[in-house]
Amino acid sequence: MKQRNFLRLLALALVAALMLPTLAACGEEEEMVVRYLNFKPEIADKYEKLAKLYEEKTGIKVVVETAANNTYEQTLAAKMATKEAPTLFQINGPRGYAAWKDYCADLSGTELYRHLNDPDMAVKDGARVVGIPYVVEGYGIIYNTALTDKYFALPDRQKEINAMDEVQSFSALKTVVEDMQKHKKALGIDGVFASTSLKAGEDWRWQTHLLNIPLSYEFTESKVNLSDQNALRTIDFTHADRYRNIFDLYLNNGVTDRKLAGSKTVVDSMAEFALERCVMVQNGNWAWSQIKDVSGNKVKADNLRFLPIYTGIPGEEKQGLAIGTENYYAINSQATEEQQKAAADFAYWMYSDPQAKRLVVEELGLIAPFDTFTSQETPNDPLARQVAAWMKKEGVTTIPWHFTLFPSMRFKEDFGASLLKYAQGGKTWDAVVKDMKAGWERESAQSR
Amino acid sequence: MNKHFGRWFPVFVLPTLVAFCIAFLVPFGMGVWLSFHRFTTIQNTHFVGWENYVRAFTEDDGFLGALTFSALFTLVCLVVVNVLSFVLALALTRPGRGTTLLRGVFFMPNLIGGIVLGYVFSLLVNGLLGFFGVDITFSATYGFWGLVSLNVWQLTGYMMIIYIAGLQNVPGELLEAAAMDGAGGWTTLWRVKIPLVMPAITICTFLTLTNSFKLFDQNLALTAGAPERQTQMLALDIYNTFYGRIGWQGVGQAKAVLFFLLVAALAGVQLFLTRRQEVDA
Amino acid sequence: MENRKRHPARLLLWLLAAVFLLPVVLVVLNSFKSRLYISGDPFALPNPQTFVGWENYRTGLSAAGFAAAFGRSVVITVGSVLLLIVGCSMTAWYLVRSRSVLCKILYFLFVFSMIVPFQMVMYTMTYVVGELELDSVIGILPVYLGFGSGLSVFLLAGFVRAIPGEIEEAATIDGAGPFQTFFRVVFPLLRPTAVTVSILNAMWIWNDYLLPYLILGTEEKTVPVAIQIAMQGAYGATDYGGLMAMLVLAILPIIGFYLIGQKYIISGVIAGAVKG
Repeated sequence: MKQRNFLRLLALALVAALMLPTLAACGEEEEMVVRYLNFKPEIADKYEKLAKLYEEKTGIKVVVETAANNTYEQTLAAKMATKEAPTLFQINGPRGYAAWKDYCADLSGTELYRHLNDPDMAVKDGARVVGIPYVVEGYGIIYNTALTDKYFALPDRQKEINAMDEVQSFSALKTVVEDMQKHKKALGIDGVFASTSLKAGEDWRWQTHLLNIPLSYEFTESKVNLSDQNALRTIDFTHADRYRNIFDLYLNNGVTDRKLAGSKTVVDSMAEFALERCVMVQNGNWAWSQIKDVSGNKVKADNLRFLPIYTGIPGEEKQGLAIGTENYYAINSQATEEQQKAAADFAYWMYSDPQAKRLVVEELGLIAPFDTFTSQETPNDPLARQVAAWMKKEGVTTIPWHFTLFPSMRFKEDFGASLLKYAQGGKTWDAVVKDMKAGWERESAQSR
Repeated sequence: MNKHFGRWFPVFVLPTLVAFCIAFLVPFGMGVWLSFHRFTTIQNTHFVGWENYVRAFTEDDGFLGALTFSALFTLVCLVVVNVLSFVLALALTRPGRGTTLLRGVFFMPNLIGGIVLGYVFSLLVNGLLGFFGVDITFSATYGFWGLVSLNVWQLTGYMMIIYIAGLQNVPGELLEAAAMDGAGGWTTLWRVKIPLVMPAITICTFLTLTNSFKLFDQNLALTAGAPERQTQMLALDIYNTFYGRIGWQGVGQAKAVLFFLLVAALAGVQLFLTRRQEVDA
Repeated sequence: MENRKRHPARLLLWLLAAVFLLPVVLVVLNSFKSRLYISGDPFALPNPQTFVGWENYRTGLSAAGFAAAFGRSVVITVGSVLLLIVGCSMTAWYLVRSRSVLCKILYFLFVFSMIVPFQMVMYTMTYVVGELELDSVIGILPVYLGFGSGLSVFLLAGFVRAIPGEIEEAATIDGAGPFQTFFRVVFPLLRPTAVTVSILNAMWIWNDYLLPYLILGTEEKTVPVAIQIAMQGAYGATDYGGLMAMLVLAILPIIGFYLIGQKYIISGVIAGAVKG
C-alpha cells in the first residue's frame, strides 16, 4: 500500500515536472542583458569577473557563455537559433564573416572602432565594419636562453655562429640547430625542437601558423587584392620548398622521431619545453601561461626569447614575428537596437574603463590594439612583452596573420594530414604540394 | 484485456510521448526539413530542393569511404562484443566468489567518458605500438583495430549487464527440469538458455549495431580520421561536413538523413531476423 | 569435478578483468602526477619528481562553481532517472499489451529514435527546447525523459514480453484496473530490469556532456561541463592531470549508485525465486 502511494506520487510528479517549466516561464520579463559568447575556456572566469564589475557599475547584466574548446562555430550555430542568442560574439576573420554575414551588424559608428589603433585591422565589407579585433597576438620560435647559453659555452661547438643574435636567416638557424642536435647529450636534452605535434586537431601550428609564413610572402609578392574573394581562388605556393626547409628541420631535430609525430599533441610539446627536454618550440605568446605555474616547470620567465620563423626566403633578415589576430568582436544584427547598443557599450567599457583595463591587461593578459591603452599598459607576461618589443623593432617587418584567409577548416585539416603522411615517409613532398594547391582551389570554389 | 484499456492511454503513454516529441520527434522532423535547405541557423534558410543530396555524392569524397569503414567496423564489433559479453554474463550470473566485483570491473569502462577516454586509450595504444616504432596514425589498419578494441572495451560491460538481466529471468525450474532430464551444460545452454534470452540478444545486437554505427567521440579522440580521413566514420564525416566548410551545413544535414535511413534499414532487418528466433516463455 | 574444471576459467576471467581495468588504473595513477609528466611516460608510477599529491584534485575542486555543478548534476540525474523509469515502464507495458496500430507505430518510433545520431537533432532540439523555455535545471528533466525514452522503452518492452500474460489476466479478473495491475503486479516483476535500466540511464545522464552544454550552457554547469570548461582550453591549454583527477572524483558517486543497484538486482532475483 505504502509503495503504491509512493508510485502514484511519482506519476504525479512526472506530469508536474512536464508542466512546471512552462508555467514558470510565464512570469518572466524581458530585461536588458548583454550576452557574450566567449571563445577561450581558460579565461572564462576572468570574463565573468569583468561582467560582475560591469553590472555593479552600470546595473546592466552581462551573461558570459563560454564555448568549449574547438567548438565555437558549433556553439554559435546552436545558440544563435535560440531566444537567448548572443548579442556580442566573435568571428575569426573574413572567412568567419562569410559564414555569419547575416548576423554581423555595422560597427563603423561604435566607440570601440574609433579607438582602434589601426582601422585597417578591422574586418570590413565595403564601407561596413563588421569585426573589431580586440587582441594582438604573436608567434615565432620560442627558445630558452638557459640552454642556448649552455650550448654556446661548449668548447667543441661549430664556430660560424656564436650567439643567438646572429641567427637572422634560415641557414644560420640550420647551422646552430644541427650542431646543437649533435651535442644533445652534453646539453642534457632529447632534441632541439619540441615534438612536431601532428595528431589531427593538434596540428594547427603547422597547417595554419607555419603555412602562413610562406603564403604571406606570396601574397605580398603577387600584390593580390586580399579583400577580393575571387582573387584568392587559387594559390601557387611559390615558397613550398622553403616551407619544407623549416618543416624538415623541426622533424629531424626534434624530441620525437618523425615517424611518431602523429600521436603528439601541443600539450606534449609544451611539456617537453617546460621540462627542458628541448630548447625551442614554435608557438605563440599564449604558451607561457600554460606552463608557468605547473609543478615541475624548469623554464624561467627571464630566459624566454622569440625568434622569427626563418624559412630561407630572400630578404628574411628583416622579417619579424607573425603578429595579428583571429579574434574579432561582432555584434548580432538580429538583436534589437537597444541590445546592440548595450553590447557595443559593454565592449567599449572593457577597453576604456581604468579598472576594466587593468583586468584586461593583468588577468586576461591581452595586448589590446586600442589607443585607450598607454604603452605602460601591457601585460607582464614575458612573451607578450617580447611580442610588443618585436612590433616596435626598427627595420623589421611583421608578418600579418593571413591565415584568416585560408579557405576552410577542411583545407587545413587535409593539409595537416598530408604533412603527417610526409613525416612518416608515406608521401613525397611534391604530392603534398600538389594536394595542397588542389585542396585550396576546391575549398575556395565551394565556400559560398 | 480490459475493454477500457484505451482510456488509459493518456496516463500510461502521453507524458512520455509529449517529452519524446519535444526532445526527439519534432527536432527530427525539422532536421529532415532542413536537409532541403541552405542555412546557417534555423531561422535563416533558403530552399534548395535535392541539391544537398546531390552534393553529398558528387562533390564529396569522404562519404562512401566513411560508409565502408563504418560498416566493416560495425560488423566486427557486432560479433566480438556480443560473444564476449554473453560469455561473461554466463560466467557471472550465478553468485560466486568475486562475482559482484568482477561485474563491476567489466562495467567500469562505461564510467569513463568523452575526451579522457580517448586520451587514455591513445596513450595506451600508442605506448604499445611505440615498441614497434609506429603509432596509430600510421595505417588505417592500426586505426581500425584500435577503434574496435576501444569499442569492445566500452560496450562489453554494458551488454553484459543486459545479458545478466536476461539470464536472471530464466526460471530456475526450467533449468532444474533440464538437469533432471539429464541435459549437460552445453545442451542446456543451446536448448534452454539461448532461446529464453533471445529478447536480450535482440536488444544487445541492436544496441551494438546502432552504437557502433553512431560512434563519434571515440573516433574523434583516438584517430580523428588519421591517416588522411581513412579511419573517419560516418558520424564524424557528417560532423566535419557540417562545420569544416562554410555553406555545407545543408549537405551535412542531408548526409545525416541518408545515414539515418541506412541504419534504420539495417536495424530493421536485424530486428526482424532475431525477433523471429524469439520464443514465448 | 565441476570445481576443478571451473578453476582455470575463473583465472582467465580475472586476467581479462585486469586488462579491462588497465585504462582505469592509468587514470587514477596519472591523476597524482604533474601534468608535464603524463604523456611522456603514462605507465610509470609517480616518483618523487613527478608526484604532486592532491594538487590536481585541489585545482579541479577550486575551479569556479564545482560544488554548484555537483548539486545540479545530482538533481538532474536523480530526477531524470526517476521520470524515465516510471514513465517508460508504464509506456513500455502499455505499448506491448495494447493491440492498437497506433501503439505499434509508437513503439517503432521509440526504437528508431535510438538509431538517429545525436548530431542530427542537436541543433533543432536546442531550438525547440529554447522556444519552450525548458532551458533550466528542472526543464531539462522532461528533455532527458524524451531523449532517453527510446532506449528505456525498448529495453523494458523486451522484458515485459517475457512476463506471462496470465498473471495480469488473473489480476484483471480480480477487478483491478490497468493502473493497479501495472503497479501491483507488473512493476514488481520488472524490478531487476528496471534497476538495470536505471543504472544505464544514470550513468549516461551523469556523464552526459553535450546535451547540458547545449541546453544549460556554461551559466548553469553540470559536472561534465564544468570539467570540460575548467580543464580544456584553446591552443593546447589542456590540463590532463586535473582532467584525470576530476574524472576520478566524478565517477565515485556513480560507482556508489552502481553498487547499491547491484544489491537490488540480486535481491530481486532471490525474491523471484522464492515466489516461483
